[in-house]
Order: sequence, then structure tokens, then C-alpha cells
Amino acid sequence: MIRPHDSIIVQTLGRFLIPVVQIFGLYVLFFGQYGPGGGFVGGVILGTGMILSVLIFGHDASRSQFVKNVLHGDGVGMLIYAGVGGLCMIGGGEFLNYANLEIPGLETASRRSLGIVLTQIGVAIDVAVTAVSIVFSLSAEEIMEDSING
Amino acid sequence: MIFSFEIPLLLLLLVTAAGAILVKDLISAVLLLGSYSFFLALVWAWLGAVDVAFVEAVVGAGLGTVLFLLTLFGTAPKDTRLRRPPPSLVTLIVFPLLGVLLLFTANDLPEFGDPNSPASVHISPTYIEQSYQETHTLNVVTSVLMDYRSLDTMGETVVIFAAGIACALLLRRNA
Repeated sequence: MIRPHDSIIVQTLGRFLIPVVQIFGLYVLFFGQYGPGGGFVGGVILGTGMILSVLIFGHDASRSQFVKNVLHGDGVGMLIYAGVGGLCMIGGGEFLNYANLEIPGLETASRRSLGIVLTQIGVAIDVAVTAVSIVFSLSAEEIMEDSING
Repeated sequence: MIFSFEIPLLLLLLVTAAGAILVKDLISAVLLLGSYSFFLALVWAWLGAVDVAFVEAVVGAGLGTVLFLLTLFGTAPKDTRLRRPPPSLVTLIVFPLLGVLLLFTANDLPEFGDPNSPASVHISPTYIEQSYQETHTLNVVTSVLMDYRSLDTMGETVVIFAAGIACALLLRRNA
């Protein structure tokens, strides 16, 4: 159980910083096509933004409700990644050979670019949800009570 | 030019690493480990591996510190009391010897950025020359990771997914 932080400085800074962190995470995720960045780092930054909101506003705040809902998305990232691979097989090629994605009007190289973007999003969702999930597991209620009583 | 910030950076790295090992209090050790990760991220960026620097800064300094601190807050002080027996004679002999051996063999490593090293003559030129025509992705690293070696990356994603599931299964006892 994480309680809200007392300090008004921390709360105000968090209110400003968390959206910036999230937008930066999305930027890093999609900038992976052009420079340093990519699905893993973008996902971790998105996840850390959500963890920051839980650490500042506590488990029960209305802001943390979204983070709790995110936990239900465990596995969606894997589904996207493997699903793109499956679509490639449906298109008649090998697993994860994006050139076989059945999208009319796109040449081979653009299909592969699209496949890269989709799998990056899959990795990002998977990493973000896992980071949030581990933090929630570590801060589960009964563990904290044990430490207070013992 | 090389000595301008390379030596202080590596010294800070050594000092924070040694501090994280030698300090008495576990919370101080965790915070020192976070600063160690920041300096290590600077080293990666200086070596040109900006991707790795990103990951080191976010995971090592941010997420890792939070996870360590949450774990420490979830344990009682008697579980985390530090007992440091003095190092045994074998440790004192074997580890310096291992260090000398590694330094001795480091001479045979290729120069940093050598275009004729074995790692950069095998398949890397093909990736660098053809990845933009084949994938329309400007970042060669991304096209190698997510397209040519996509199955490996999927394996890594499965590992992360399994880690999250295992943590939830082990730690959430009644949720």
C-alpha cells in the first residue's frame, strides 16, 4: 500500500512532470525509426511515468485508477508481437517476415517498416505493463503490513 | 583530448561501485548503485552506444532503484542486516590473478572502432548498405533488432513477460 506523498512541492511537480514523461516516452518509442530509441526504452519510460504517478499520488488516488486498469493489459504486447508474426504467416511467408503482411498499396520495404513500427509498439506495451506489474507486486498490501508489525 | 573527461568519469564509476559494496546501510548502497548507473550511462553515450545509455539511465538508475527501495521497505531490518566476513585467502589470491589474466588478454582485442575487426567485416557491411533500401528505416540498429533479428527480440519480450508473470505469482498472495 503506497500512501500519497505529503509534500505539495512533490505533488505539484508530479502533476507537471508525469505528462511530460509520458509524451517523451511516446516520442522515444516512435523516434526509434530514425535514431536512438525504440520499443524497449520507450516502454520503460512510459512505465516509469505511471510508476511515478503511483508513488506520488498513492494507490487509491483517482489518477492511479488508470494505472490499475493498465495491469489488465498484461500479455497484450506479446499478442501484438506474435500476432504480427502470425499475420505474416497468413500472408504466405515465414513467421515475422514483414514483407508478407497483406496490405494493399504498399511496397515491400514500406511493409517491413510498418511491421517494425507495430512490433515496437508491442514491445513497448509489454515492457510498460511488466514494469508497472512488478511495482504493484512488490508494494502489495500484506507485505507492507508485515514490515510494520515485525 | 582523451584525458579531458575519460579518467574522471571512470574514477567516479570505480568510486560509486566500491561505495555501493562497502557502505554499511542498504538504502545508501541502493542510491549509490543508482548514481553508478548514471555514470555508466555517460560512459555508454561517450562510447557512441546511445541506445544502451538510454536503457542504463532509465532502467538502472530509475526503475532499478525504485524496485530495490520497494523491496527494502517490504523487509524487516533483521532480514537485511549486513554481515561481512573478512575475505578468505583464496579470494585474495584468485581474483587478482583473474584480473591480471584479463588485462593480459585484453591486448589481443581489436582496436575500438577498427573497421577490419572480425565483428565488422562479416555481415555488418551488408546491414549498413542495404537496410534502408530493404526496410525504409533510417536507424540500422532498429532494423536489425526488429526486422532481421526479430525472432530474437520476440524471445526477449517473452522473457520480460514471463518475469512480470512470475513476480505477480510469487508476490501477490491473495490478489
